[in-house]
Amino acid sequence: MNLVGKKVIVLGERDGVQGTALSECVRAAGGDVVLNINQCFV
Amino acid sequence: MQFPVIKAVSYALTHTPGLVRYGSKPERELRKDPKLDQQITEHLRSFEQACAYHPNQVFIGSLPPESLWDIPRPWWQSSVNGSARFGPFGEIMPEDEFYGLLRFADEFDLVSLEEKFQESIRARLNEHPLINETDLARLGAGVALDTIKAKVANEAALPLYHEGRIVGCIASGHEEDPFLTASILLENLACKATGVLALRWLFEQSRHDGIAASAIDYVINSGEEAVGDRYQRGAGNLAKAMAELSGCENSTGSDVKAFCCGPIHSVVIAAALVQAGIFQSVVVVGGGALGKLGMKFRGHLSKSQPILEDVLAAFAILVGPHDGRNPAIRLDAIGKHDVRFGGSAQAIAEALIAAPLEKLGLGIPDIDKYSVELHNPEVTEPAGSGNIPQFNYRTIASLAVLRGEWSRTMIKDFEKQHGLPGFSPTQGHVPSAVPYLGHARDSMLRGELKTAMFIGKGSLFLGKMTNLSDGMSFILEAPDK
Repeated sequence: MNLVGKKVIVLGERDGVQGTALSECVRAAGGDVVLNINQCFV
Repeated sequence: MQFPVIKAVSYALTHTPGLVRYGSKPERELRKDPKLDQQITEHLRSFEQACAYHPNQVFIGSLPPESLWDIPRPWWQSSVNGSARFGPFGEIMPEDEFYGLLRFADEFDLVSLEEKFQESIRARLNEHPLINETDLARLGAGVALDTIKAKVANEAALPLYHEGRIVGCIASGHEEDPFLTASILLENLACKATGVLALRWLFEQSRHDGIAASAIDYVINSGEEAVGDRYQRGAGNLAKAMAELSGCENSTGSDVKAFCCGPIHSVVIAAALVQAGIFQSVVVVGGGALGKLGMKFRGHLSKSQPILEDVLAAFAILVGPHDGRNPAIRLDAIGKHDVRFGGSAQAIAEALIAAPLEKLGLGIPDIDKYSVELHNPEVTEPAGSGNIPQFNYRTIASLAVLRGEWSRTMIKDFEKQHGLPGFSPTQGHVPSAVPYLGHARDSMLRGELKTAMFIGKGSLFLGKMTNLSDGMSFILEAPDK
């Protein structure tokens, strides 16, 4: 998936992959994180 | 070096199907669609069903957690033969008695119970092993049903239901204070009452070791409720309120807040207070979380299963000085999730698990059991939230693979060899590793377990003040024989 120049909404989960970690990956791939939300499902 | 020990652990459940409607999710959904009430009611369990539910019997210590590996899912379709409400660690209290406990815990005449209902509860609580005459006197007189209905209709009181009928109400604490509404007071009072129940069971255990409630120096409440008023929402110290009704006349206390991770922080702080010699006996307590009742009810209804989030859960832990007889908390190897570690699963596992083990020169498989977020998967899976403990064990196993301590082909085996099935009600801070503490202590006292690591996590980001999560861990070590 090519994320360069794409605007990305990040949904993370505490016991899965957290939003902060996902955002770092997206930015490293050239994406623009416009919203980062973490969820806790318990 | 010698470290503080876990001298006793207690657990209590109160079966409160009548309060499911006041859980955060059901309350919001019912407001949107009042017809849901019938569907919810039809899917509530009887006390006998809740009492005979395997995970609940594990919670109060009547069955070992590992017994759940051998019971076919769904667990709610089977029942424990000869299940009793009382177990080695505490009890499962039925709803009518819980309302009596609520009234008992009420210092401000907030709770009113209907006359005949109250008299029937008084008779039942009179049979309870931990409720005495002085406690019963606090119930006072019941109230006419018409008076209760008038309070609900005219004074913003919240009705209390039992078996489909109104049996009482809880009043608002202030006409203009949004933080003293009847629903917030119910949430806080339920937390206090269940915490007191857990504390009483703790002292029932510890008195056999000669430790009375009056010997407790300090109580730390680790729950997630927010007690306060319009000027100080969440100001707290429910710990002292719980201590007051538990015979801890020589103690004070405070609340430690860290979302679900509060109990692990609290145990570490309690152990540190004992190790420093500031206090001899410190109790960590956590009461029930009303807001979590029925949290996954939509998923349960969609799978035509009972609404399993129908219990409030509480625990209490007594930490004391090293005695050579009880399991010790290794204060030289505490794991903590520092700000700089960020949020990747690997970084968190390294901070909470690998780092403390390295201090002791141990590898991940050297710890016999890991206690993680022990949410009952039967509650979470129907709502699409997965098996939380299993996910955590796969993460720990993966870290062990990265460190060359575990075989990649055996990642799935780690769960059964070093982990536990989830058995805790999804009660916020309660499932966060501590439900295994009583079992671990008992196993260590029997010489069947040498080491266990307790790992708690907290979703700080939910409060909108940081994007960070939190975590903390400690290692429990069996006494030398």
